[in-house]
Order: sequence, then structure tokens, then C-alpha cells
Amino acid sequence: MTTRLFGERVQRLEDERLLRGQGRYTDDLGNGALECAFVRSPFAHARIHSINATAARALPGVVAVYTAADVPFGDLDLPLLIPHPQLTHPRTQKCLASSIVRYAGEAVAFVVAESRYLAEDAADLVEVEYEPLPAVVTPERSAKAENLVHADVPANSAADVTQAVGDVDSALARASHRLRRRLRLERSAAQPLEARAVWARWDAVEGRLTVYDSTQSPTSIRGGLAVLFGLPETSVEVIAPDVGGGFGPKIMLFNPDELLVPYAAMKLGRPVKWTEDRREHFTAVTHERAQVHEVDFGFDDGGKLLALDVDFIHDAGAYTPYGLILPIITAAQLPGPYRVPNYRVRFRDLYTNCTPTSPYRGAGRPHGCFVIERVMDAIAAELGLDRAEVRRRNLLQPGDFPYSVGTMWQDGGMAVYDSGDYPELLRLALERLGPKPEGDNIGLGLAMYVEGTGVGPYEGAHVQVLVSGKVVASTGIPTQGQGHATVFAQVVADELGVSVEDVTVTSGDTRRFPWGVGTFASRGAVMSGNAMANAARAVAEKAKRVAAEHLEADAADLELAGGEVRVKGSPGRSLPLAVVSILSNPLRYAFGGGDEIATQFQPRPRPGPPLAEGEEPGLEATGYYSPSPGSTWAGGCHAAYLRVDPKTYRLEFLKYVVAHDCGRVINPMILEGQIQGGVAQGIAGSFYERLLYDEEGQLRNASFMEFLMPYATEIPDVEMVHLETPSPLNPLGIKGAGEAGTIPVAAMLASAIEDALGVRIDEMPLNPNRLFELTR
Amino acid sequence: MIVNGIERPEASDPRRLLSDYLRHDLGLTGTHVGCEHGVCGCCTILFDGRPVRSCLLLAVQARGHELATVEGLAQPEAPMHPVQQAFKECHGLQCGFCTPGFLMATVAFLREFPDPSDAEIADAIAGNLCRCTGYANIRRSVRRAAELSRQA
Ligand code: FES
Ligand code: FES
Repeated sequence: MTTRLFGERVQRLEDERLLRGQGRYTDDLGNGALECAFVRSPFAHARIHSINATAARALPGVVAVYTAADVPFGDLDLPLLIPHPQLTHPRTQKCLASSIVRYAGEAVAFVVAESRYLAEDAADLVEVEYEPLPAVVTPERSAKAENLVHADVPANSAADVTQAVGDVDSALARASHRLRRRLRLERSAAQPLEARAVWARWDAVEGRLTVYDSTQSPTSIRGGLAVLFGLPETSVEVIAPDVGGGFGPKIMLFNPDELLVPYAAMKLGRPVKWTEDRREHFTAVTHERAQVHEVDFGFDDGGKLLALDVDFIHDAGAYTPYGLILPIITAAQLPGPYRVPNYRVRFRDLYTNCTPTSPYRGAGRPHGCFVIERVMDAIAAELGLDRAEVRRRNLLQPGDFPYSVGTMWQDGGMAVYDSGDYPELLRLALERLGPKPEGDNIGLGLAMYVEGTGVGPYEGAHVQVLVSGKVVASTGIPTQGQGHATVFAQVVADELGVSVEDVTVTSGDTRRFPWGVGTFASRGAVMSGNAMANAARAVAEKAKRVAAEHLEADAADLELAGGEVRVKGSPGRSLPLAVVSILSNPLRYAFGGGDEIATQFQPRPRPGPPLAEGEEPGLEATGYYSPSPGSTWAGGCHAAYLRVDPKTYRLEFLKYVVAHDCGRVINPMILEGQIQGGVAQGIAGSFYERLLYDEEGQLRNASFMEFLMPYATEIPDVEMVHLETPSPLNPLGIKGAGEAGTIPVAAMLASAIEDALGVRIDEMPLNPNRLFELTR
Repeated sequence: MIVNGIERPEASDPRRLLSDYLRHDLGLTGTHVGCEHGVCGCCTILFDGRPVRSCLLLAVQARGHELATVEGLAQPEAPMHPVQQAFKECHGLQCGFCTPGFLMATVAFLREFPDPSDAEIADAIAGNLCRCTGYANIRRSVRRAAELSRQA
């Protein structure tokens, strides 16, 4: 075999197009389409008495104004994506609100016009009469249930779930030390730099709907639209072209625009496009992170955690389209890399009059990590022990795998860690971090994490060798910058013995691959990577069978390398893959060349039909990968030295180290990019960004001017150490890495700031003002 | 106005943003729009050689001026501009949405500071947001771009 590409720092194949300004993001496409604007609720909670669109409809250039009464799905609840038996009171919004609005930013009417400018003019002319109702804004207020978000949901509670391992009450009672903490995380938002966009066109002659959508899951959107519009799935095409960042909120939530834009295109017989602006992105697109945890824990004199009792409330926002996934993840993996013999966790998923929540990079994991790491630091402080030592005493050991946490996991099974070496990760991080630099107000931050990655149910891939010898591959999941065109090409190129430049990968286009789930939950590399390997292996096997006949060799004696199928050990006896591709389709190729070898007048060594029984034409194959229940569990340790300026309370990172293990690494360059980017998003969400809702449920800082995202001057270079413990669960031995950079950052910063300033940190995010207050 | 060396007709609508004019009237969609309020820098172009945010200008304000967008950095068949090349080598982009803005800011910066210090580099790109990369590779890319430009 040629040099393996798996594990190499292959430069990205997608870059040149993007660098030359030739990217194809949704709003770059569809010039000439009708354009749209939404009328959105200015109130967090209000009854709608009337909607009058007469003036808007009369404005020249306006093609249509839709309210709930004007669309056939006006009464339909948007889908509940992940029902759960314990989600007793799920609620989802309507496409367009007609009687009540439950968050500022909820869609009320939709304007289609000749241009976006005119559509916005017309949106201003839509008159909506609201009667404001009391707004429920924080999860704490929601828990008090003085006002209800949904009149028919008692106590504002969508779900109340308790799980327990061991006997927490008696272990707490027996423990020689016992502490309580109240740990609070605030709302945050992903803010991909490309906001959302949808462009649809309807081909009435062919009865075909084509939708370009800045989504993390085109296959799911296609399935939903087919049902909604009563079309066979084969008549709906959904394409996620280049997507400018995702981080969670672009998961298939069936946002109102994803229904209304295709509907308008079909109804009006013209292409229609909607591009979200940043202000509406702030309130109309899902948030995450707000959770308040009451933590009660007991430990022995040596610092061993004996019992952990966590009762937390999750701020669901106004609706629960994504079910219970966020609190389920927190609850499941809260114990992190530690052995917690007695663990009880209760959560309530509470409605508030704020934008709904859905996974944002980390998805419930940063919360769990924050809790357990605060617990570790609290134990160390209480007993006067070294923080690393307390962790060492509680860590799971390499011989403990597979390890069942005893909690329910997001895939419906139990949370079972597959493999890892946590003590080694801690050692590697501290070794790289080195001694503490001299100086005042410098803190050591330390946090460990696990990350359940690569959840099922499945992904698939198609791989084909063209008659040119070039390879095309496709998978259902789209890319938002993770380098799919490169890493999947590496996997395929290795299996087929071709160079990486010869492989062109298409992802997220249902025309090319109609099945799949989506890009989220650090699952892309695990799921589609293994599906690609399966498909490519099937192609390689087929290439050997086809070539075997012509090389008069046994298929088992053949190998694929250097773009050829050749007899092992006899370099002269080979066929180029291009020729094998031609042979695999017994037909003549007028332009492709090579037809002389495939013609029916060429004597064939094998008797029988040109296409052997059971064989399909074409050098191509489809492969799937579906894990048996169970995720691959990545893990790691973040460690840093941080200086807090005693006057301005600005942070200065002196050194930031990540030791991490995500199994076998396909492309270290891309992996490091994911981790660095994840750390930046973690720092951003822990110290700079915060969503400020006022008492009325108005988001007061819905712009980049007031929601402070860090620039290059705030984010340090992260040093990384890789440990590779292959996952036993999949053929490639890989685990996901998309969220690893973000998960432990809040916990690590709390640990560092506590150490630097000597004040206790129980909340995130922080900022200079808050640190000033805490030190008073 | 002249865009990437080509004379272009004026925008007809007086309230059309320059960013919309470039993207949707001229089809130069390499210039991106991330906020339309002047903070993210995705829409950065060169305006008479200086980096500006095209979302904060009206198209009519560009009358008589010379504009450069990412599409003008290298001809389609020609090798990439050293700054583009550097971003590729250093993995300075992930989703690529912020990238044209960073490229244009870097091109202008390196003209003035051909041999910048690390602090100058961070400052120079501190008007552009990137949500994917965490900036480390962008800082490296700018450093590498300076090297490549000096060699060129
Ligand atoms: S789009 Fe112009 S600065 Fe953000
Ligand atoms: S690469 Fe995605 S925003 Fe910078």
C-alpha cells in the first residue's frame, strides 16, 4: 500500500475555493429570487388580538404576506424532534403565532417581496395588536411558577426526571465531610458568523422542490418537507452548500423559514430566498447553557468523593423542540472521568419566556463538567490538598473500561465509557504546563472532562471510481468548516490506494446521498468516517474481483496502490483503477478511452454473462456505519496559568495546555484547529459573552456591539498533547472531537481565577465587573 | 466606480448597501455579510487601498472610487496571492465565512507593515471576528503571509 494518509497533516482540499472568494453559501446563490422578511413579536409574552396586513400587501413590490391564517400548516405544531417518555409536557411553537407569543422574536407574519429592502418596509406596515402578559424570565423564577409560560403546563415544568446510582442518602450521612454548592450558568449563544438562510425553487413541470438551507442536517429537513407538502421524498432535494459555522443551532429544528420559504416558492411559482440578519438571529435562533445546580456532596479524609447529589433546573426557553437532550446529557456525564459510587441527579426542564434552547457546542457537557470540577476543587480546598492529587485519587483507571456510569445516555441506552486513560491525560497536561511562573495574581487552572461522541443511529456514504480513475465520494452530513472534504478523502484514498487529490467529497447534498442524520454531537468523523471506510472497502473488494479476471490472478493476491490494482509482489502485473472502472461496466465509452479492453469482441477469461451473477455494474459501493448502542468517549485535561490584572480584572493567559484523547486521529492539523476553536468559544462564553435579558424578557444586547465576542487579541495559542487510545467500538478506532475544546473551559477558568484571586467561583460567565464585585 | 480593475455602473437604488451591491448586483459574493452593523469585519474590502466595512457604506458613496474585493486578489487561473497561500498552508480557515475579510485586512496591513511583530499582527486583525478557528492559525497565517510576500 502507498503511504497511509490516515494520521497525516494533509492540507485542506476545500480551502482554495474558499480563499478565492468562490465559496457557495446559501445567500450567495439564487440571485433574482424573491426575498423575505419576518414580522416578529416584540413582546416576550403576549396575546395577539389582531393582525392586519392590508397596508403591507398594498405596498408596491410586495408579492405576498403570510400569517398563520394564510398557510395550510398554520395550525400545526412544529415537530417535537426527540420525544421522550419522561418529557411529560412537551410544547413546540407554531410556524407563525396567531393567538399567543411566548418569546420576543417569535415569528408572527412573513413577507415576500421583490427585494429584501421592500420586504422589510412591508414588515413594518403589518399591524399586530398585542396584549402583553407577564413574562417569566429566569429558570429560578420559572421554578416559583408565579406565572405560567403555557397555561396548561403546571409548575412550568416540561419534565422532572430523577436517576440514582447506589445509595446517596446513607453515603452522604456517613461521609466524614459534606459540602453544598449552588452553581449557576447563564444563557449563551453560538453565533456562527453566517446567520441562517434558506433558498427554495419549485419545478412545476417535474414536480420537484429544491431547497438550499444553511442547516446541519439536510436529510432530516428533506424528510420533513416531503411529509409536510405530501411529496415523495424523491421529489424533494435539500442541499446544505457551504455553511458558515454551525455549532448546534443549525440542527434540523424546522425553523419557520424552513417551511415558509419552500411553501412560498411552490405557491408563487418563483424562487424565494430568505437570509436572516444578525439581530433576528439573536432572538429567533436557539440559545443554550442556562442551568442552576444545587449540589450536595460527601467525601472522606483522603479526598475521595463518596456521594454526589445534584438537583438542577434547565432553562428550556419557551418551547422544547429538541426534547430533553440538554439536561439528559448533563445528568448522564456529570460524574466525568471520576468514579462516583453514589450519585443521584434530578432535573427539571422549565419553560421561560425566552428563546428556546437546543444544543450549542458542548450541549449540556460544559455544565456537568463545571459541577464535577468545582466539586473536586472544593474537596481540595476543604482538605488542604493539591487539586491534581484530589483528581488523581478519584479518576477511573485504564483497567476500568468499559465503565457504566449508571445513567441514561442521549442515544436511549446507558452511558458506558468505552476506553481511555485519564490519569495519563492529567499527567501529560501537567508535564507540558510546567512550573508556575513567578508573579502575583497568577492562578493555575485545571479541569478534566469526558465527552460522549459519535452517537448513532447511523450515517452512510457512497464511493465511486470514475472511468477517469478519479474518485467521487458523498455522505449525507454537511460540513460547517470541519474539513469533511479532506478527512473523508484521506480515509477513502487509503482504502483505494489513490492520492488524496484524486478524491472529491460531496457532503450534505441529498441529491448525492439521500440518507443520514446530521453534523452535530461530535459525530461526523466517527459516523461518516467509518461509513466512508466501509464503502471504500467494498469498492476495493469489487475492484479486485473485476481485475482478477483480467489479470488471471486470485482476488486475494491483489492489492490497490498507486492508482492501480496489482498482483502483490509482481509489479508488472497491474491494471489502472481507471481501466477497472471501465471493465466494471460492460459497455463502450466513446470518450473515456479504454473501450478496446471492454468491448464484447475482446476475449474474456471468464465464461458466462458479462456482468457476473450478483455483481452490479459500476465501480461503486454504498456503505453504512451504525454503532450498537453506545458512544465513543473522548477525554482530556485543560490546564493553564492565568494572570488576572488586579486593577482592570482583565485576563492574561500565560500558558494554555490541552491534553486530549479522541482515539485515532485522521488529520492532526484539522483536529488541532477544532480544539483551538473550541477553546476560543469556551473562553468567549466564560468571560466575554452573556445574553442579557431584562425583567420583561427583552434581550438587551442583541448585537455584536453589545454581545462581546473575543477577537485575536483575547484568545491565546493553545498547546496540545495528543494521546491516542483507539476506540474498540468502530473499525477506524476514532472518537469525536468537535466539542472537546469547549467543554472544560468554564470549569478550568473558575479553577484558575479562584486560585489567582482567592475568591470562590460558583457561576459562569464572569467578566471584569463581576470579578470586581466578587473581590469586594 | 472601479471594482477589481473593472469599471462598473453605479447602483440604481440610493439606499442600496455597498455590500449588497457587490454581492448581488455585481455577483461578487466572496465579500460576506456577518452582522451588517460594522463589527464582524466579514464584509471588509479595500476602498482606495484602505480596508473598510462595505456594510457600513451605501453603494452610491463608492462613486468615483477604486474598490478591491477578495475575487481581485488573484486571477482565477493564476496562483493564489501570497496571503491566500499562507492561509491555506497554516489552516487559517475552517468554515471560510470570515476569511475574505481577514484576507483583505491582511493585504492592507502587510503593505504598511511588511515585517510585523506578533503584537502588531494581533492588533491588525482585531477588527475581524472568527467563530471557528480560535485565531491562533490566523495569526500564524498572517506571519507566514508576511514571509511569503517578502520573498515574492
Ligand atoms: S457585515 Fe460588515 S462588519 Fe459585519
Ligand atoms: S473560519 Fe468560520 S468564522 Fe472564521
